[in-house]
Amino acid sequence: MSEAAVVTRGTLTVATERCKGCELCIPACPPQVLRMSDAHNGLGFAFPELLPGCTGCGACLLVCPDFCFEVYKYEDPIT
Amino acid sequence: MTRRLLEGSEAMVEAAMLAGCRFFAGYPMTPFTEVLEHFAAKLPAAGGTCVNAESELEAIGMAWGALATGARAATGSTGQGLALMQESLSEITRAELPLVVFHMARGQGDYFQATRGGGHGDYRHPVYAPVDVGEAVELTQQAFDLADRWRNPFVLYGDYLLAHTAEAVAVEPLACPPIPEKEWAATGTLSGSGRSRNVNSLGMTKGRKGIEPEAFWQRLQAKHDQMAVELPRFEAESTDDCDLLVVAFGSLARFARHAVRELRRDGARVGYFRPVTLWPFPTEALAAAAQGTARVAVLEQNGGQMIDDVKLAVLGSAPVVPIGGISSDEAGFGMGPLLDPVNVRTRVSGALAGTERAA
Amino acid sequence: MSSDEVLSTDAPPERAARKTGSFLPRLQLGADHDLCPGCGEPVALRILLEAIEAVGCAENSIGVIGIGCYTALTPLMDVDLVQALHGRAPSLATGAKRMKPETLLFTLQGDGDMVNEGLQEVLHTAARGERVTCILLNNGVFGETGGHMTSTTVIGQRTKNTLEGRDANYHGHPILIGDLLAQLDGTVYAARGAVYDAPSVARTQVMLRRAFEAQLSGAGFSFVEILTMCPTGWFVPTAEGPDYLSKVMGSVHVTGELKRDGQFTPTRELPPPEALG
Repeated sequence: MSEAAVVTRGTLTVATERCKGCELCIPACPPQVLRMSDAHNGLGFAFPELLPGCTGCGACLLVCPDFCFEVYKYEDPIT
Repeated sequence: MTRRLLEGSEAMVEAAMLAGCRFFAGYPMTPFTEVLEHFAAKLPAAGGTCVNAESELEAIGMAWGALATGARAATGSTGQGLALMQESLSEITRAELPLVVFHMARGQGDYFQATRGGGHGDYRHPVYAPVDVGEAVELTQQAFDLADRWRNPFVLYGDYLLAHTAEAVAVEPLACPPIPEKEWAATGTLSGSGRSRNVNSLGMTKGRKGIEPEAFWQRLQAKHDQMAVELPRFEAESTDDCDLLVVAFGSLARFARHAVRELRRDGARVGYFRPVTLWPFPTEALAAAAQGTARVAVLEQNGGQMIDDVKLAVLGSAPVVPIGGISSDEAGFGMGPLLDPVNVRTRVSGALAGTERAA
Repeated sequence: MSSDEVLSTDAPPERAARKTGSFLPRLQLGADHDLCPGCGEPVALRILLEAIEAVGCAENSIGVIGIGCYTALTPLMDVDLVQALHGRAPSLATGAKRMKPETLLFTLQGDGDMVNEGLQEVLHTAARGERVTCILLNNGVFGETGGHMTSTTVIGQRTKNTLEGRDANYHGHPILIGDLLAQLDGTVYAARGAVYDAPSVARTQVMLRRAFEAQLSGAGFSFVEILTMCPTGWFVPTAEGPDYLSKVMGSVHVTGELKRDGQFTPTRELPPPEALG
């Protein structure tokens, strides 16, 4: 496990209740900061959780079939 | 009122353009071809569009798209081409679009196709069958007006004789009250407004999942039931005291009417009834006209199609006999030996024999 | 990694940030649809609606919709629409555009709709150079009827009615509709994109914009094919949809620009996908 500090440049709002658990966002994320939850939403699906290191690139938003993502870029990155 | 010598096709096209038809698409086929030719020649100069469609299926599709934007549009063909258009005709009716169809038939064998429809599901479209070029000019304009009022296709049933006979007619605009704004039309102007439209045949609406076919189609049924009440038209002569009532439609009815008038003049008690609307068939009027007659004779140029509607109207109050039949020229265009005044008079007289009642 | 590291994503950030991506494009009325998990069609819908806005036609466009799974997305589209029959959208688009020449006109059709039922319609519309943009959502199956073979199904692909895989001898060969269209003089822009990952989505965004610009310039017919995932129709787990798309579908229906600036590049000569120049 790398000891380097993770820089977080962006973040998301995730509409987890409409996620259908397709998991397409997971491999789409370049810094690999999305993982599927253990919990399930009202539809019975696991949904994406966000880890530190998001760059705000919006790849997840582009590939999601259920419009679950809103993407933000921080004015100042979090280190 | 300037009368000009115009063939039926040309007169009907001019009438359509007077009614504001701005789009036409068609595919050549006898005896419809001249309708396409006249639209191709006249529409662009009048600011409209005529597309030489690559198939009948595409022709009706193009008219559909034009209608959906709120324009007055038409298409047409003969029976074989109409056969290709049936799915679209059903959908266009169910999408409540005001298509006018120039069905220039090869004779009268397309009566079932025009009135029952070969498309899927429950749908109806009024069918006007003009008897001559003058009536065709009036009915063409009527069709465009009523199609918009009812938001329903209207079919003009013509034939080779009507299309290619030149008569002296005055093509004058028919005065019609203005129709309401077409707020339902997909014009592009409500895109992005939150109130955009969807012209469709399934009851789909924006912002709500799924379709609502039952409620939608039941409402259409009610509309068609109302059309059946308000729209029947007919022509009748000498029906009050006849031993024989002759029923005919379209061009052939002109021969029937002539024979009946001649026989009346010669003292025979013959009457004449012509449905102008093949759908809705003027059932009540025919039932009334047939009251008291000893026999009803149906003169049609096919194997027996309108006779079903006549029998339903007469409902056994008098025997109904066919006196027409299949008749065609060597090319199959429907210009058969039945289209002859002497031939028709002979058939009518033949049906008259034996109907005279004791005084 | 411990679960402590999971960040809150149920509300916009409190820290100063600017939003760079919204849940929905401006022309989308909502997100609620019943298409399968992992379906590529809603992904294509997003970039289509964004492209309409990008070329300045958000308040001046008409869409003609075919019949397929994507038809269920129409309640979400804040665009004036006309619902067509299976295969017929290009004819309707022709009539509509002739009456509304200043309006952006597009069709949205699946492969079963456009390449099976409606093959002659789209070919004729392109040959005529109609100023419309036909958009093909190609997933190699009739999705709405349960996943049956279409004219774009690839050899070896399993479908409900080719359970042993499409056999060229018995079922024939797939049609590369983009190539047929690109060869016609009436076609001024033709491209094939895909939505299996973020870069392919981004490349397809460019294709849609270029197609619409071609239409608005009045030059002629434009076409964009978008390969979309259909894990349900392909008998693959949802998460394997993108791989199946890029490797199985994409090896036959190769992505790239087929016609641009008068230049026709057939599929077999397309360069590997990269950022569009």
